[in-house]
Amino acid sequence: MPLLSVRNLTTRFATDRGVVRAVSGVSFDLEEGEVLGLVGESGSGKSVTALSIMRLVPEPPGRVTADAIEFDGLDLMRLSEAEAREIRGARMAMVFQDPMRSLNPVLTIGRQTTEVLRRHQKLDGKAARRRAIELLEMVGIPMAERRLGAYPHQFSGGMRQRVMIAMALSCNPRLLIADEATTALDVTIQAQIIDLVKRLQRDRGTAVIWISHDLGVVAGLCDRVNVMYAGTVVESGPIRRLFHRPGHGYTVGLMGSTPRVDGAAAHRLTPIEGLPPNLIDPITLCPFLPRCRVAVAACHERPPAPRQFAAGHWAACFADLVR
Amino acid sequence: MSTASPSPAAPYRIPSSLALAARQFPRHRLALVGFVCLLAICLAAALAPWVAPYDPVQIKLGSKLKPPSWEHWLGTDHFGRDVFSRLIWGGRTSLSVGALVVAFAFTIGVPLGLASGYFGGRVDNLLMRLVDAFLTFPPLLLAVALVGLLGPDIQNVMLAIGLVQAPILARVVRGSTLAVREDVYVTAARALGARPTRIVLSHILRNVMSPIVVQLTVVFAAAVIAEASLSFLGFGTQPPQPSWGRDMSEARRFLADAPWMFMAPTGIIMLCVLSINFLGDGLRDALDPRAWRTRRRLADGEG
Repeated sequence: MPLLSVRNLTTRFATDRGVVRAVSGVSFDLEEGEVLGLVGESGSGKSVTALSIMRLVPEPPGRVTADAIEFDGLDLMRLSEAEAREIRGARMAMVFQDPMRSLNPVLTIGRQTTEVLRRHQKLDGKAARRRAIELLEMVGIPMAERRLGAYPHQFSGGMRQRVMIAMALSCNPRLLIADEATTALDVTIQAQIIDLVKRLQRDRGTAVIWISHDLGVVAGLCDRVNVMYAGTVVESGPIRRLFHRPGHGYTVGLMGSTPRVDGAAAHRLTPIEGLPPNLIDPITLCPFLPRCRVAVAACHERPPAPRQFAAGHWAACFADLVR
Repeated sequence: MSTASPSPAAPYRIPSSLALAARQFPRHRLALVGFVCLLAICLAAALAPWVAPYDPVQIKLGSKLKPPSWEHWLGTDHFGRDVFSRLIWGGRTSLSVGALVVAFAFTIGVPLGLASGYFGGRVDNLLMRLVDAFLTFPPLLLAVALVGLLGPDIQNVMLAIGLVQAPILARVVRGSTLAVREDVYVTAARALGARPTRIVLSHILRNVMSPIVVQLTVVFAAAVIAEASLSFLGFGTQPPQPSWGRDMSEARRFLADAPWMFMAPTGIIMLCVLSINFLGDGLRDALDPRAWRTRRRLADGEG
């Protein structure tokens, strides 16, 4: 049985101009200890998918529905807010994009790191502090003991993100969701953080959902990728296969617009023209159709159904990209 | 944070954030001045029987409206009472009104504002309509009505002024809470399973302290002045008893003949409000680690 199983997740937001379907009908499984990438451009529903799983979407204005979201033997959709709080931080945790803003500026690092431990593991002050020091050392913060009394503004972005990771992992969660966790950091720090997550993931067998718009980062870290567009998963597959034989027009476009280190001379960046669709309007055909370079006749007639190419690799696309 | 000498023998003691704030406070010069002034005024009021040179209600018609002199430092009023002594005794009334109103507004207004701002929805709607209802009355009229209802007594005056001020504070706190609630660290705390009470009390309250402190200094000043107005109207402090506001309004009639009578209570109210403002500034900065000065950067691990 997979650790996390999402079936037909749909998240809508009521706005003044109409109902926005931020996520529509997303389904996927995540195995124990697996690293799943969620890629797509801004507004494709990656973050909302994550927040929906965490039960952190504010309702109202949001509204989350799903046939099932099963996690670790629990039906997340049926949990009360109080029950969800017991799970969050203990069995599933999340790291956010902007480490400059995800720590409370007026509380010490020590106070914030021990809070989770006191909350879920019911540690007393002393034990929580000892554990917090261990955790900070584990994520590579030198002189951790001294830094418990420091404030977030005295830390660099990379160090703050390390603190966030330490906090997220402090209760040994089964699932870690990292929402653009390295996007706000510069490349060298980004590499360090990715290495850190890789190491911790291997050591502890934590399953990870890594949300990013950076295909390079995803390639280096993930086992499998879901490509999202306009609130739906348009292609899903094992990382190598998906990169070598992309099966969806959008995935092809995404790769064409990503810089590569190898074959630099031959490769020119081709942007994807146009804008993603307005998610208030109903989408009947393939959502990527107006921007697609490989569209075929069938695309203009009916919505594409997922097509299986190989074990675990499918795409909702009519064009025969995979041979 | 003095020079950090690495001594493996002695375990490093983490200073509490309160200790750090306390160490930070004296660096704010004006705040220190404000604190000392306020302390002096409070002490004088508290020790009035020993400090005041004369009886504040003793009428000596022979020496009325005397300008400041060696016997009467700040002159005498129209009943020959020593203005300086009245100032010291009056401080008891005015300062306790100010302090209690501040405490009342804080205990009522802050929880209301936090709850309203954080939970939003129906709770917010209900609480804010209640606040609106209070704010539609002219504040002085509301206070007069309350005191009229409950009887002219200094406790009732405090209650009335407090009831007028608390909703204003609630509004301020609600507004700031609404802004802070959307910050990423609040979502991050929720993602780690923090309970709402914890989020409100340890994450949000600390971040809305600055507007609260600023508003409370305003409340204090407003309370002293409101007490004066109420006393002038015959509610609150009754005639022979001294109070800054009362004495000030009484002195209006002698503005041309005895300006000292007016200037003394006005000056002390001004000094008090100014001191509190500076103190508030200092407190605000001391409570916000981002505003701390001359701090060594601890981050030397990476770029």
